[in-house]
Amino acid sequence: MQGVAGVAACSTFLSSRMRAATPPAKAYTPRFFDGAEWDFLLAACDRLIPADENGPGALALDVPRFLDMQMDTPYAHGAQWFMDGPFVQGPDNLGYQLPYDPRTLYRRGIAGMNAHAATRHGRPFASLAPSVQDELLQAAEKGTLAFGDIPSRVFFDQLLANVMEGAFSDPVHGGNTRLGGWVMLGFPGARADFMDWVDRYGAHYPLGSISISGETA
Amino acid sequence: MSADARRLRPVDVVIVGGGWAGSIMAKEMTEAGRSVVMLERGADRSTAADGAYPASLDELEANFRYRLFQDLSKNTVTIRNNSQQTALPYRRMSAFLPGEGVGGAGLHWSGVHFRMPPDDLRLRSRVIEKYGRRFIPEGMNLQDYGVTYEELEPFFDKAEKVFGTSGEAYMVDGKVVGNGNVFSPSRSDTFPLPALKDVYTAHLFRKAAAEVGFHPYSLPAANASRQYVNPYGVQMGPCNFCGYCSGYACYMYSKASPNVNILPVLRRHPLFELRPRCHVLRVEKDADGRRATGVTYTDAQGQVFTQPAELVILTAFQFHNVRLMLLSGIGRPYDPVHNEGVVGRNFVYQNVTTSTVWLDPKVETNQYIGAGGGGVAFDDFNSENFDHGPLGFVGGSPVWVNQAGVRAIAAANAGGPPGTPRWGSAWKAGMIDTYRHSLRIDAHGANMAYRDVYLDLDPTWKDAYGQPLLRMTFDWKDNDIRMNRYVVDRIGDVAKAMGARRTHLVRREFGVPFDTRQYQTTHLGGGAVMGEDPQTSALNRYLQSWDVHNVFVIGANAFPQGTGYNPTGMVAALAYWAAHHIRTTYLAQPGPLAG
Repeated sequence: MQGVAGVAACSTFLSSRMRAATPPAKAYTPRFFDGAEWDFLLAACDRLIPADENGPGALALDVPRFLDMQMDTPYAHGAQWFMDGPFVQGPDNLGYQLPYDPRTLYRRGIAGMNAHAATRHGRPFASLAPSVQDELLQAAEKGTLAFGDIPSRVFFDQLLANVMEGAFSDPVHGGNTRLGGWVMLGFPGARADFMDWVDRYGAHYPLGSISISGETA
Repeated sequence: MSADARRLRPVDVVIVGGGWAGSIMAKEMTEAGRSVVMLERGADRSTAADGAYPASLDELEANFRYRLFQDLSKNTVTIRNNSQQTALPYRRMSAFLPGEGVGGAGLHWSGVHFRMPPDDLRLRSRVIEKYGRRFIPEGMNLQDYGVTYEELEPFFDKAEKVFGTSGEAYMVDGKVVGNGNVFSPSRSDTFPLPALKDVYTAHLFRKAAAEVGFHPYSLPAANASRQYVNPYGVQMGPCNFCGYCSGYACYMYSKASPNVNILPVLRRHPLFELRPRCHVLRVEKDADGRRATGVTYTDAQGQVFTQPAELVILTAFQFHNVRLMLLSGIGRPYDPVHNEGVVGRNFVYQNVTTSTVWLDPKVETNQYIGAGGGGVAFDDFNSENFDHGPLGFVGGSPVWVNQAGVRAIAAANAGGPPGTPRWGSAWKAGMIDTYRHSLRIDAHGANMAYRDVYLDLDPTWKDAYGQPLLRMTFDWKDNDIRMNRYVVDRIGDVAKAMGARRTHLVRREFGVPFDTRQYQTTHLGGGAVMGEDPQTSALNRYLQSWDVHNVFVIGANAFPQGTGYNPTGMVAALAYWAAHHIRTTYLAQPGPLAG
C-alpha cells in the first residue's frame, strides 16, 4: 500500500509540473505583482544580471516571470520557514527573525525601494538612469536603507537569491529561457550521465545543455 | 496526556526514525524474530518516486526548496553562541540541513563512508599518553568512546558490504595490499567495490599532494563503482558521476540509502511495519521510571496513540534523539553551571572550511561531473597522524577534493574570487571563470567538545505539537580555530604545486561567531554520548541508556567529540555493534549491558 501511495505522490509531482505550462514571456501578465512592482522588477533584474558579452541578462532569461510564478508556491507563503512567534531581533549571525514571508518581503521591499527613489530623485526606481539604480541597489545591499522594520539588506538578499534561482534553475519554473543561463555557464543541466567522460581529462564536453522537459540548447 | 492516547497492540520493538540507524536496527531485530514497528515523522519515500529521472534533477526543488528535508515550519531548534544570549529560532534552512521522511538524511546524503580512526575512539587516552594531561585545554571535555577499533572492525566491515562501498584498502590482516590511506588501520577485508575513478580535479589534487609529500588516497564512497548485490540481496547500479548526489535520491540506484539497500527487503518482512507521518512525542516509562513501556505519537490526522513495546530504540537524527530523551526524562539533563548531568552534554559540530583554487583558463574543471562520496583526500593532518606537541592543539582535519557535482544555481551564488561584486557584469565574468576553471578543497576538521557548548530545551519557543524546541548553545573555540588555520596553510602548499593561477584560502577567523546563515555541514554530533562512565556519558558502550535499560539510542549523538571524518560510516557501525549485543545478550536477559 505504501508503495502505491508513493507512486501516486510521484505522478502528482510530475503532472503538476507539466500542467504549469509556462506562458509565453512577451505576453506574460503578472498575477502577484502589480504594475508598479512589475516595473521595479524588470528594472532591477536588468541591473542585477545585465546582458553583456558574457551572455544573456535576467530579462532575456525571463527572471521576472519566474519571480511572479514563484509567488504562487508554498515557499513564497513562508510554508517552509518556522513562522511562530515571538519574533525577537538578535545579532545578524543568528539569522532571519522577521515575521514576514517572501510575498510580504517583496511587497514591502519594492514599495520601500520606490519610496526611497521618489524621495531622493523624485521618480520611481524604474524611471531612473541605470547608474542611479545601481547606487540604490548598492545601498540596499549594504543595508543603509530601511523599509519600516525590514532592513534593506534582508529584501535585497531575498531578491538577489530568487533572481539567481530564476536565471539558473530548470526552465520548468519559468526562467532560464532557452537554457541561456546554463549555456553561459557551461552547465549541461539534466544531462546527468558522465560515465564515459569522467576520466577524459582536459577534454571539452561536447554535448549541450538539456532541461527536464527535453529542451536542448 | 497519555490517558487520552489510544493504546495500540503491543510489539516487541518500536523504532523511532526511519533513516540508516533505524533501518539497520529494524533489519537486525526482525532477523532476531522480533516484531518491529518503525515510526517516521516524515513521508514515505522511495527512489522510484523521489529519484525519478529526469524530473527529480531539479536543483531549485532539491537544494533551494528542500524537498527531501526537515519541515522547519513544524519543528526546529533555537541557537545562540553562549549562555548569556537569548537563543533564537533557526527559521530558515541554512547552516545545516536535517532530513525528514523514510530514509532520513540517508536518502539525500552524499555518500562519503569512513571508518572512525582508532586514535579518535580513545582520543582522551591517546592525547594524555602522547602529550600529558595538561595538554588538554581548560573547559574541553575530551573523552574516549569506550569501544575500540578492533571491537568495531567487524561492524565497519558489515556496513561497507551492506552499503556497497567503493574504495581502495591499504592493509588487510596486517599486510599492505594496495594504495589506500597509509594512515588507515588494518581491515579484515578489502572494500566490496574498487575505488571510483578520479574526476579531473581530484586527479590533479592527487598528483600535487603527492608531490608536496603528502599521502593521497581515494575517498571511501558509498557510491557503487560497479553493479553490486549486497548481502541482503538488493541490487545497486554503477555510479555514472551524474553530479546530483547531495540533496537528491539517486536515480541510478548507485548511492547507498536505506531506501535502496535495506528497506526493499525489510518492507516485505512479516514482522516489520512502517508507519510514516507519525511524530513521536515522548517515550513512556513505568511508575518507577526505570523501564520504558513504549512511545506516544501523533499521526498525520493529529490522533494520538501509545505504542507499547518491550524495547524502544531511538534512531532519529542526532539532535532529535537528544530532544526526545530530554522530553521523556531519560537520563539526567546536563547542567553546564555545575558540569553535572549528561543529556545535552558534549554537543559538537564539524569544523569545515572550503578553499578555492583557480587553474589556467585553458583547463576546464567540469565541476558538474561528480559523485557525492568520490574524490581524493590526504590524512597527514588528521586524527593523531601528526605530532600535535609543538602545535598546541587537539584534533585534525583530512583535506580533500570531493567534487560531488556543482550545479548552476550554486555556481551563481558562489560567484567569483574575493572582491568580486555579487551581481552585475563583474559578477558574471568572475562567476563564469570560477565555475569553469576552479576547484574546491575542503579542510574537513574535527570539533572538540566544551563544557559550555551544549543542548537543552528552549524556555520560549514550541513546536507544532506544543513541545519546547531544542536549544543549541554553540560557538567555535580557539583550539579548533588554530587547528583549522594550521591545516588550511597546508592546502596552500598543494595549490602551489597544482600551478594555481589564484588561490583563496578560507580559514576560520578568531572572534567570528558561529553563523547560522551560512551552510557549513549537517554533521552535528554528541549530546547523548557513549562511554564507560555514567557521570560523563548518557549511554553505555552498547548505546544503551544507563538509566532506562530498554532504551537504546543510535546516532551521531553518541560521539563524545567531533572527528575529521563524515559521521555516517560510524553511525552504521555503531548500529550493527549495538544490534549484535542486543541480539546475543540483551534479548535473552534484558537488563543493563554494562555496569
